[in-house]
Amino acid sequence: MEHAHAAATAAVHTVTYLRWIVFLPLIGVLFNLFVAPRTGRRGVNLVAPGVILGAFLVALTAFFDLKELAPGSALVDSVYPWITAGELHIDFALRVDALSAVMILIVTGVGFLIHVYSTGYMAHDEDFARFFTYLNLFTASMLLLVLGENLALLFVGWEGVGLCSYLLIGFWYTDPEKAKAGNKAFIVNRIGDAGFLLGMFLLFWTLGEQGIWTLSFSEIQTNIDKLAVMPSVITAICLLLFVGATGKSAQIPLFVWLPDAMAGPTPVSALIHAATMVTAGIYMMARLHFLYTLSPDALSIIAWVGAATAFFAATIGFAQTDIKKVLAYSTVSQLGYMVLGVGVGAYGAGVFHLMTHAFFKALLFLGAGSVIHGMHEEQDIRKMGGLLKRMPITGWTFLIGCVAIAGVPGLSGHYSKDLILEEAYGKSILLYVVGTVGAGMTAFYMFRLFFVTFWKETRASHEMTHHIHESPWTMTLPLVILAGLSIIGGWHFVFPVSQWLEPIFGGHHPHVPAIIQFMPTVMGFLGIALAYMMYGRKANPAEGMEEPLDAWHKGALHKWYIDEMYDAVIVRPMTALADGLWKVIDVKVIDATVNDTAQVTGIFGGALRLWQTGNVQNYAMSFLIGAMAIFGLGYYLW
Amino acid sequence: MADGKGRMAYGSDDTPESERSERAISHQANDESLGNGIMVPIHYHLMLSAVLFTIGALGVLLRRNTIVIFMSVELMLNAVNLSFVALARQWGSMDGQLIVFFVMAVAAAEAAVGLAIILMVFRNRETVNADELNLMRW
Amino acid sequence: MILPEVNWAAVMPSVILTVVGITVLCWELWMKEQDRKYLAWLSLAGVAGAALFSYTLWGRNESAFNGMLALDAYALFFNLIICLATGMTVLMSRHYVENNELPAGEYYALLLFAAVGMMLMAAATDLIVIFLGLETMSMAVYVLTGIRRQNVKANEAALKYFLLGAFASGFFLYGVALVYGVTGSVKLGEVATYISTHFSDGAGSPMLLAGMVLLIVGFGFKVAAAPFHAWAPDVYEGAPTTITAFMAVGVKAAAFASFVRVFLLSFGALHGQWEAILWALAVLTMIVGNLTALVQDNIKRMLAYSSIAHAGYLLVAMVAGGELGGAALMYYLVAYGLMNLGAFAIVVAVGKKGEPNEEFNDYAGLGFRYPGLAMMMTIFMLSLTGIPPLVGFTGKFYVFSAAVKAGYIWLAVIGVLNSVVSAYYYIRVVVTMYMQEGEKQVEPLSTRPALATAIVAATVGTIMVGVLPAKPMALARHSFASLQKPAQTASSTPKKDQAATSTPTATAPSKTPHH
Repeated sequence: MEHAHAAATAAVHTVTYLRWIVFLPLIGVLFNLFVAPRTGRRGVNLVAPGVILGAFLVALTAFFDLKELAPGSALVDSVYPWITAGELHIDFALRVDALSAVMILIVTGVGFLIHVYSTGYMAHDEDFARFFTYLNLFTASMLLLVLGENLALLFVGWEGVGLCSYLLIGFWYTDPEKAKAGNKAFIVNRIGDAGFLLGMFLLFWTLGEQGIWTLSFSEIQTNIDKLAVMPSVITAICLLLFVGATGKSAQIPLFVWLPDAMAGPTPVSALIHAATMVTAGIYMMARLHFLYTLSPDALSIIAWVGAATAFFAATIGFAQTDIKKVLAYSTVSQLGYMVLGVGVGAYGAGVFHLMTHAFFKALLFLGAGSVIHGMHEEQDIRKMGGLLKRMPITGWTFLIGCVAIAGVPGLSGHYSKDLILEEAYGKSILLYVVGTVGAGMTAFYMFRLFFVTFWKETRASHEMTHHIHESPWTMTLPLVILAGLSIIGGWHFVFPVSQWLEPIFGGHHPHVPAIIQFMPTVMGFLGIALAYMMYGRKANPAEGMEEPLDAWHKGALHKWYIDEMYDAVIVRPMTALADGLWKVIDVKVIDATVNDTAQVTGIFGGALRLWQTGNVQNYAMSFLIGAMAIFGLGYYLW
Repeated sequence: MADGKGRMAYGSDDTPESERSERAISHQANDESLGNGIMVPIHYHLMLSAVLFTIGALGVLLRRNTIVIFMSVELMLNAVNLSFVALARQWGSMDGQLIVFFVMAVAAAEAAVGLAIILMVFRNRETVNADELNLMRW
Repeated sequence: MILPEVNWAAVMPSVILTVVGITVLCWELWMKEQDRKYLAWLSLAGVAGAALFSYTLWGRNESAFNGMLALDAYALFFNLIICLATGMTVLMSRHYVENNELPAGEYYALLLFAAVGMMLMAAATDLIVIFLGLETMSMAVYVLTGIRRQNVKANEAALKYFLLGAFASGFFLYGVALVYGVTGSVKLGEVATYISTHFSDGAGSPMLLAGMVLLIVGFGFKVAAAPFHAWAPDVYEGAPTTITAFMAVGVKAAAFASFVRVFLLSFGALHGQWEAILWALAVLTMIVGNLTALVQDNIKRMLAYSSIAHAGYLLVAMVAGGELGGAALMYYLVAYGLMNLGAFAIVVAVGKKGEPNEEFNDYAGLGFRYPGLAMMMTIFMLSLTGIPPLVGFTGKFYVFSAAVKAGYIWLAVIGVLNSVVSAYYYIRVVVTMYMQEGEKQVEPLSTRPALATAIVAATVGTIMVGVLPAKPMALARHSFASLQKPAQTASSTPKKDQAATSTPTATAPSKTPHH
């Protein structure tokens, strides 16, 4: 609480340049819409990444300005009074504090690299202008989401990013599967949005009942004491908003859309479905940390949902053979860690992981994109292999990404993930165990992916092998930069994220035994070692991946004892579990639920339709009955 | 309901008739009331008006021919006119009686438009039965 | 002795439209076939003149014609909405009329006469003048609905609209009669005074309440609130698309204008009696409109159900009442008008004579062949869904926050859930345009300048009024405030204010959640 107040009362400096962080990408949108047809590809290639670079520079300025100020300060840019309704004033105001500063740097920085990469990736696509329109619009919305000073603006960004994500998933409309994926993303996110909106209205109303009509974060924070007396209402608000977060940030049970979202172009997966948009839920909860802190019940639910997602998605990652699907489930799993971080009250650690994850997951996705590009749209890792020699830059940077996500000390992922797990240990040993096992599994399936894709000899057809080539510099340069960031992103002396965020979230680090500190790292190495033994060691790492269960069996006699153990204790149950869970829960339960919801509402719609018989006298009858019903209602009431 | 239906077909024709006579009665009644205190209570007029209105509404629901349906609507309007006249008398104000003229003018205009529309439908469809006109539904 | 007080300024916009309408009607007789387009421009000039005149009247608060009409900011605000709807309809009609070979003189004249009726409704402070305005408007629209004489769907739509409209008028008129019977007057101010002096406990008498219910039924029909909405989908589908747009926006706005005026002004003291009814109507309307829209395959019909659903949101604002609710309702009508006119304009652009192209399938692939058109349609659909920062979002935000503030939290929740459901069918249009291949190569009319102007104007409005809502909202508030302080009934004003602002917060929250 003390720290919360410190943030609210610290100096607020008014500036007028923050708006350009949002406006510049919007200028890009207008350019791509109206000018691009004249300038052609060259103009778009220059302007679309250029505006993001501009936004990045402005964001850097804001960051350094903020650094000069006392901790806990903020820069605010009130553009204009947006909505005024009675005592409620909602300004179109942008605010940079320690938290949003980190976020805008990630969004514009990683966003810029991905824009540059896209100029290479989309070089042969006819619809590049439309693509960059969406991508710029997405960046603008995301920046609005993180910069917005109130819940309403955050919601504007929230809907905007959802819309762009939806449009980009369905970008290649020709494939009905892909259009369906876009639809699914939309429907699932609408369910989340309903929760978000209800939470927002409940918060608005509850505070309003106390005489404070506001949606501004800082005002909510100053008046949070008034809410503190109603713990159950706070829990309800937190959980409703969390429903929104599960939709956006792909948590159980609303995560199903994310793997399907991989239908979109790969840079989109990197930017939207890995680095930025999917973290919106985590950002939103971190933004409202003062609210969540007041509801331990909500927090423990959130922590468990996060841990369960982290673990569950990791098990599914075992069984996937599509390079992007593996990364998608890995994203779901990593988002689970971030949510776990929020749930145990370690907002700083969650945001820290959000940042490092943005680096290495963007790197991995872009690497995958480079592979897919080089392999002519092949996504099945069983048909790859040996790519390290043919695509060295892609291969080595991909390896760095894998090492980073596996939690090897020295690279960024290690620091952030361990921080979350340590904090989780402070709350509950069980959360820690689930998370740590998940960390080992992450290392395993990521290296499985690496070995099968890049190791040994290629399994592609002869003709295909001939065409495999390294990607152009516009694609590899971002890879190299992101690889660098994935390495140094966690180093304390480069940018001490947790310390930087302390004025906002407050700092408290539980003291944990050394073994607890080391365990995740050990698990990570164990995972890598296992992956090496199962895949990397073999001449053909993909051997037996066609039918996992049988093949494991055959190979078992000639393998080490550990193979058999692994087979019996881990792989078999895991593969079966993964397979089963994926088939039963994902496809049957969740897909069916989503479809059924649509169907049930459709049935009601169909039934109501019968009202409309087309016969004018039936209409008159329903009119009369309606009038009678009102009289009846009146009789009952009066 | 059945006799309502039966009465309807003829009823709508002589509505203006009955309405006029009702007004006459009410005038008479009130004139007398000035002298010797006998009058038809306002409730009678209102009840009659309500009954006529109900008959009209039932006619709209039950008759198949759109022309008859339209006549039933006219009956409803005239039922309301009856109320207006009676109430104007009750309040001793001219407003209600003036309103009746407006309503009659509106009803006339409505008749012109309505019959034109029905005629147009008949030309294209060769039917004016309400239950055969359901091209658009669901 | 008593000479009628004539205040020509109050009716001047209507007079302009009437004169122009008659001129259009007569001029057509002498005009050559190819000169017909001037009729559209003349009508447009008339609408612009009426709008300008309304604008110059801004700031006056008077009563006219012996208290039958009000010249207040509220009426003028609605005049502007009506001029917007009519003007946009004229722009849309310019080529539509030509393409469908409609009788241009009658068409534009009736359009203008309908607008006159609407303006009368918005300004009327007398139940009978409201009735006359309503009938003037309705009769012109009945004819316009069926103006495609050879089209069987249009015939049927006109007949249905006419029969049900006349039926509903009967109910409305009966309501007027009962109110007159109780209060002895049909002037809104006098009715209000009577009610607040004789029924100061806010209970009312059975006859008065019955009259009130009948008025709700009559207005409910015109605004297409469930369960009185059944005519709307059929009529909207059968009418010429331009007229559908006009009906969806203009008729609804005018009906809401006098609905609100009558109920907040005359029956303000009985707020406790009618709010529960309107609460139920709002919920039913939202649910019926949205759920039925889900299963439609015809875009015009889908938009018809969507406009029913929007009537539900407007009713939410009306139930919320108070200055905020009233202003939210007016703002929402502007928002609704802009995005709906735009959406219908696109339907007009995509259709042709003998080839209406109104099915969802006809829109498949439009996004690739006509990116500009599809983009604007997407903007309208998103705005109707309530995606920020478009005007639909801001409008819903105002409406639901007014409801929340007035304590109708459940109404707001139901509204929010409904707008979530609505996303499915609006987005379906976008999906069809961008994510499906079209079998048919639909060729839009959109390059025609008048229609394109209408579409672009609606797009700009949809974006700008959403991004910069403060000015229009301030205008709406100001206008609604003028309704609260009518010139001729100064004595009843304080009581009314109390009823409108304190009742919802004090009594309503305890009442509504129970049933």
